Parts: sequence; structure tokens; C-alpha cells
Amino acid sequence: MIRKLLVSALWVVVPLGAWEAAVRLAHVPAYILPAPSRIAVTFVEQSPMLARHGATTLVEIALGLTIASCLGFLLALALHAFPSFERAARPFLLASQMVPVFAIAPLLVVWLGYGIWAKVVVTALIGFFPIAVSESDGLRSASQSAIDLLRSMGATRRQILTKLLLPASLPALFSGLKLAATLSVVGATVGEWVGARRGLGFLMLEANARLRIDLVFASILMLTLIGLLLYVALRIIEQRALRWREAGTSERA
Amino acid sequence: MAHLRIENVRKSFHTKRETLDALASVSFDVCAGQWLTCLGPSGCGKTTLLRIIAGLLEPDSGTVALDGGRPRLGRSAYLPQEDTLLPWRTALDNALLPAEIDGRPRAAATAEAVALFRRFGLCGFEAAYPAQLSGGMRQRVELARTFLAHRELLLLDEPLGALDPLTRAGLQAWLLEVWTELRRTILLVTHDVEEALVLSDRVLVLTSRPARVRDDVCLADWPRPRRRADLRLVAERERLLDTLAREAKP
Repeated sequence: MIRKLLVSALWVVVPLGAWEAAVRLAHVPAYILPAPSRIAVTFVEQSPMLARHGATTLVEIALGLTIASCLGFLLALALHAFPSFERAARPFLLASQMVPVFAIAPLLVVWLGYGIWAKVVVTALIGFFPIAVSESDGLRSASQSAIDLLRSMGATRRQILTKLLLPASLPALFSGLKLAATLSVVGATVGEWVGARRGLGFLMLEANARLRIDLVFASILMLTLIGLLLYVALRIIEQRALRWREAGTSERA
Repeated sequence: MAHLRIENVRKSFHTKRETLDALASVSFDVCAGQWLTCLGPSGCGKTTLLRIIAGLLEPDSGTVALDGGRPRLGRSAYLPQEDTLLPWRTALDNALLPAEIDGRPRAAATAEAVALFRRFGLCGFEAAYPAQLSGGMRQRVELARTFLAHRELLLLDEPLGALDPLTRAGLQAWLLEVWTELRRTILLVTHDVEEALVLSDRVLVLTSRPARVRDDVCLADWPRPRRRADLRLVAERERLLDTLAREAKP
């Protein structure tokens, strides 16, 4: 365990050390590439501001991800419940993903203004598809023999859905959620680039314009932390919900 | 009185290219409390027959009457050949699935399942997930679930097929004991001749596809438990193996 931690630490410490050394030895100016130590100092000094802007971004991500999860889940259910709807909707669904969401972000700002809603919508649009597709696949992951078993017991369609198809779809749903969480950080940032008065994306653009590259990096660090936080939170929920999967890897009786 | 009556049941499957005749006019009766075993060359349509009786398939023609008529889904306890334990449910919760589907009160069903787990040698494994159980134990949980369905007719599709010979012999003896105690009607499908002779009241031998009933052997007056080395059993086994070998030839 300790060995593992040490090895992981090396993967962080060595590149950072090399970066620090290169910047100092080659006298790279801070407005091109600041040293990691400088970024760390900025991160600590500016932490109240980073936290304030980070909170805005986090709210956008949380709202966007929640909307994406609800809509994605409901769409997957609808596709499952109405096969004819699935056949009709699938090409449109696929085509909708060919539309670059980033390209319509400016439009969303025009329609929804500079507040958080344009970013929430961008985030939701990006996260929606992986969740819908994963859950849609997940609902098909139960074996035919298990479906037959429940049918032979006299189960209704609703019972087959709640007792078999939905629990069977959970691993796929969580894969989709984790993917969507990762993408949502990108979504919110891009949304803020297009037009915002708050948020880490906005802060980054401002800092960049003033050649405060250390602050750009500090914002990136903050975004990374938010992404990591979301991922770890989902992972914990996943482990709780899918305890049976962990059970399989421990020794057999 | 016949508990299950099957008359002239015929079933074909159609794909784009060909038609596969699975059952060609199968007829037989099963009495309440009887243990009937269907023997047949592999791929002869035994599973199709069970799926039809369970109500998962409808025959192309002929009739299947279970206690008269009425729809068959939900009227028998079907144990498919594949492993069908739900991995996210504990052993006990898997066994409680039929009670949940029927909407029976949970407390009573749990008490009954716990008692049956003791009877099935699964005591102490109620909270284990299927992935934590050995093959023999998983099979016993599936059988427990099948018994706990509270159905008069049990349809068992090669329930012991995937087990090693030792576990298999143990489970056969045990299954017989449980059946003697709980007295349900069993329709077992297997390709193991010895298993059929050791366990059943009656053995039906099916022809190769399309299946019809080739032979109907009554063993009701053979005392149990039966020894595999019993001369009568050995002779009957040789005869049935011979019949099956001739059937398997194209």
C-alpha cells in the first residue's frame, strides 16, 4: 500500500520537478510559463477568488449534469418502452450529436443571457448523450434467459423492468455518468468562455488577457479538482450501489 | 387425473433461410405428484418443449392443458438451463423473487425461505452474493427458488448438467429426498440416462429432431433409493443408450 502510494507520488513529483528546473535554468519568463512553485503560491494567495468562481462553475456543472441525467435516463426508458419510437428517433438522436455543441454555445448566450443558464444548457447537452446511450444499452444487458425466468413466474412488464432490467442497467448507467461528469467540466468552461461574468472559464480568459499565466494555471488546477471531486463522488456512490460487484472479486465460499 | 396433458404439440422455427422443425406431434400426460423425465439426443427440442409448457412459447398446433386450460405463464416453476441467479441479489433475495412477483407477504416468505435454506444445506449463506458461491451451491439456490415458487409443477431443464460427477450424484440424491418430502410434480429434462433411471417414476425417450415420443418407460414400481449398479437398472440403461445411439444417427 505504502509502496503503491510512493510510486504514485513519483509520477507527480518527477515531472513537476523537471518543469520547475527547466523554467528556472532556462529563465523562462512567468508570462510564458510560470514555475509550479509560482502557480502553487498563486493558487493559495488567490484561493478566495478561485473558490468564488469555482463555486459558480460547480453550480453550473451540478445543474447541467442533473438535467442531463434525468433527461438521458427518461429518454433511454422511452426508447426501451416504445420500440417504434426508438426506430424513428435514433437517426435524429445521432444527428443531434453531429451538431457541435460548442458552436451553438454563442447562440445559447444570445437566447439565455450572461447568467448561468446558458452554461447549464451547454453542460446538459454534452452530458445527455453518453447517459442516454449507456442506459439504453444497459437496459438491453439482461440475458434472455433471466427475462424468460421472470416471465415464467408470471411477472408483469413493469415487474420485469424494476426487478431485472433496471438493476441490470446500473453498471452501464454509472459508466455513462462518469463520462458525462468528465465532459461536463469542459462544457461549463466553454460555456463561460463564450460569455460570462463569473466562473473559472471567465477567470481564465481574464487572466490570459492580462498575461497572468500563473492564474490561468491555478484556474485549470481548480477545474481539475472539481472534475476529480465529481468523479470520486460518483465512484463512491457506484461502489455503494453495486456492492455485489465487489463481492465477486473477494474470495469464493 | 392428468395434471398436465400434452396433445399433438407441433413447433417449428422459421428463419429467413430455413425452417427448423423442433417438435413433430408430441403427446403425453403427467399425473400430479409424478416425476417424469424426458430423455433425448442433444438438440432434439427438449428445451422447446419445456418452454412451451411454461407458456414462454406457443405451439404451432396441438394443445397443452395445465390443470385444465387457462394461460400457462406463471402457473409452473421453470428452471432454465442457464445460470439465472441475479448477481445483484443475495442468495436469499434470489430465492424470494417468486414471492415478490406474486406479491406474497415478505415476512412469511422469508421465514419459509430460511427454513428451506437449512433443508437445502445453504444455512449461513443467505446474505452471500451468487459470485461468492460455488457451482453446486448456486444450483441449490436456483432449486430453492424453484421450490419456493409454490407451483405444483416444476420444469427443470438439465439442472445438474454443468456440475462435476461427484457434486452431481450428491445433488441427485438430495433432490430425490426433497421431492419425496415436498411432493411436487416434476418434469425433468436431461441427456443423462442414469440420472433419469435413478430418479424418475417414468422416462420418456424423444426421437432426434423433429421430436416425437419414441419410448415411454414406467419405473413407478422400482423401489427407491436405486443403486446405479442394480442389474435391472444397468440392463435398462444399456437398452436406452442403444435406442438413443440409434436416434442420434442421421
